[in-house]
Amino acid sequence: MSRLAARFSELRAGDRTALIPYITAGDPEPDSTVGFMHALVRAGADVVELGVPFTDPIGDGPVIQQACERALRHGTGLRDVLAMVRAFRAEDATTPVVLMGYMNPVEVMGYAAFAAAAAEAGVDGILVVDMPPEEMADLADHLGDHGLDSVFLVAPTTTEERMQLICDKAGGFVYYVSVKGVTGAGQLDVDAVGKRVDRLRGMTGLPVGVGFGISDAAMAARMAEVADAVVVGSALVRQIEAHQDDPAAAAEALSALLGDMRRAMDADGVPA
Amino acid sequence: MSETSQAVQQPTDFTRFPDATGHFGPYGGQFVPETLMAPLRELAEAYARYREDPEFAAEFQRDCRDFVGRPSPLYLAERWTRETGGARIYLKREDLNHTGAHKINNTIGQALLARRMGKTRIIAETGAGQHGVATATVAARLGMECIVYMGADDIERQAPNVYRMRLLGAEVVPVYSGSRTLKDAMNEAMRDWVANVDNTFYIIGTVAGPHPYPLLVRDFQAIIGRETREQMLDREGRLPDALVACVGGGSNAIGLFHPFLGDSGVALYGVEAGGHGIASGEHAAPLCAGRPGVLHGNRTYLMENDNGQILGTHSVSAGLDYPGVGPEHAWLKDIRRATYTSVTDDEALAAFHALTRTEGIIPALETAHALAYADRLARELGPDRTIVVSLSGRGDKDIQTVAQQEGKDL
Repeated sequence: MSRLAARFSELRAGDRTALIPYITAGDPEPDSTVGFMHALVRAGADVVELGVPFTDPIGDGPVIQQACERALRHGTGLRDVLAMVRAFRAEDATTPVVLMGYMNPVEVMGYAAFAAAAAEAGVDGILVVDMPPEEMADLADHLGDHGLDSVFLVAPTTTEERMQLICDKAGGFVYYVSVKGVTGAGQLDVDAVGKRVDRLRGMTGLPVGVGFGISDAAMAARMAEVADAVVVGSALVRQIEAHQDDPAAAAEALSALLGDMRRAMDADGVPA
Repeated sequence: MSETSQAVQQPTDFTRFPDATGHFGPYGGQFVPETLMAPLRELAEAYARYREDPEFAAEFQRDCRDFVGRPSPLYLAERWTRETGGARIYLKREDLNHTGAHKINNTIGQALLARRMGKTRIIAETGAGQHGVATATVAARLGMECIVYMGADDIERQAPNVYRMRLLGAEVVPVYSGSRTLKDAMNEAMRDWVANVDNTFYIIGTVAGPHPYPLLVRDFQAIIGRETREQMLDREGRLPDALVACVGGGSNAIGLFHPFLGDSGVALYGVEAGGHGIASGEHAAPLCAGRPGVLHGNRTYLMENDNGQILGTHSVSAGLDYPGVGPEHAWLKDIRRATYTSVTDDEALAAFHALTRTEGIIPALETAHALAYADRLARELGPDRTIVVSLSGRGDKDIQTVAQQEGKDL
């Protein structure tokens, strides 16, 4: 069983919702990232989503754009990100790691080389924001050969027909984008999200996660009631931004916010 | 007749490309966040319908005639031809269009599409401001809300065009992220579209972006090549020997080239911005010096580093200052139907002055790249041959830049 499948099966057995933090690798500088990952796990992360910095992140709002820019100032590339995962794996053999990023760094590295290196480093799933399943066939084959899951986004605009197509090709979990917009945006309508999540559950046996715009513990708790996983990104990255000159303080702030979310989600469905 | 190797397989019917999923060979496609897949499909379906609709075509033709001033003249540059002693050089005068460049052909077409699709809000990206002005112009005419994203650095460099857009009622939004130029403006326009897909139509200014943009922008710009073909047959009784156009994203070039793709006797030359020279690394010539990758929704040649990060570009011409290029050009390069070359800032500036003094036409700095190459080509081809150069835009917008380059104060 893959690490993602094992983790979701434990969570299901305990009737718990997964908490998945996102940080951008190399933000604010490369030496901080592995420590941040461990801190997030200690604060209650079930899966860690690690962003691969890119110069042109068209799916991301200003908070993650700036995180990419900070990481790129240190030249953090895809191979560096894989090295960080390898370092994380040396001390944590069980927490699944999903890479989230854009197509071009993978394209330049080459699909076969990337899939092999990612699996070797201990990556479990890959989410390429600008790679819909229609364009993904070759890459998905290589990922599959190495036991890596292809995680796909489903958006509020996704038609029923495409939802089914995506569910059929997805691995690990299905990631529902809770708003029409970029990461870190907008107003969430929990009821509307819940309806779409239910629809997806009717199409796939995979867990359904929800993300984009979940900024505090109360919202995390409310989303936890309708989804199998809650993904939090910009709110955490904002903590790194606020403490970019002091990685220890950034790690503390990350832990504090994620810990609040964890406690609120676990408080038996009662919003904090 | 063909100069290309027989070993390279070229299609006989270029109108069949892109394929149904938007690919030109390995290039093109739809590499976008999932939120945009549905609106892109909606756009592709609407366009497929209107592309066959005679009423839509008639309205486009009527606007091109009455609002833009088409057909644009094909002008024989006699003094310049005499100076080179080579091939007869014709200029396709897109600079005489309303708003001063070829950009309006496309914005007219896309705005008609937006209106038929019931969209009320128009967004666009712009570099030098020419596409922004052309978009603001059609939005004003149709009474639509218009937001133009523009890199913060470009806003400073192109103040008159910013004011023009504002006069036309558009909101110009500065983009401070990344390199603060055209590519970042395009990122921001895509983010806006993701957030406002229901009522918003994104008018992309070039033949790049996700399918169906490279197709529909090409189709709207192909009016340049269709007129040229007719005008050349009328004037010379035969097709030209060569076509020359500058290539940033490549919309004026593909517009001129496309109706001639099946004519193997017509050589096609796309001229990229060589900046300070290809060897310097400071240029905007992905076809000459880049490699394939994925950016802004399509696979194409890009300027990128070994980590797949997109590189900053340099050109004296803001309109060519872009790290990618339309996917159809990438494909035409690989199958060797078109030849792509580059011209430096200095060569383009020299051609800018030469045309101004010789023919009394001040060309855009983008266009000056094509002119510099055409001068060389005319000499190589010799008399009795003909070249058509796309005079893609007029140069009034660039006089400040030219003066600065030469250390003069206006």
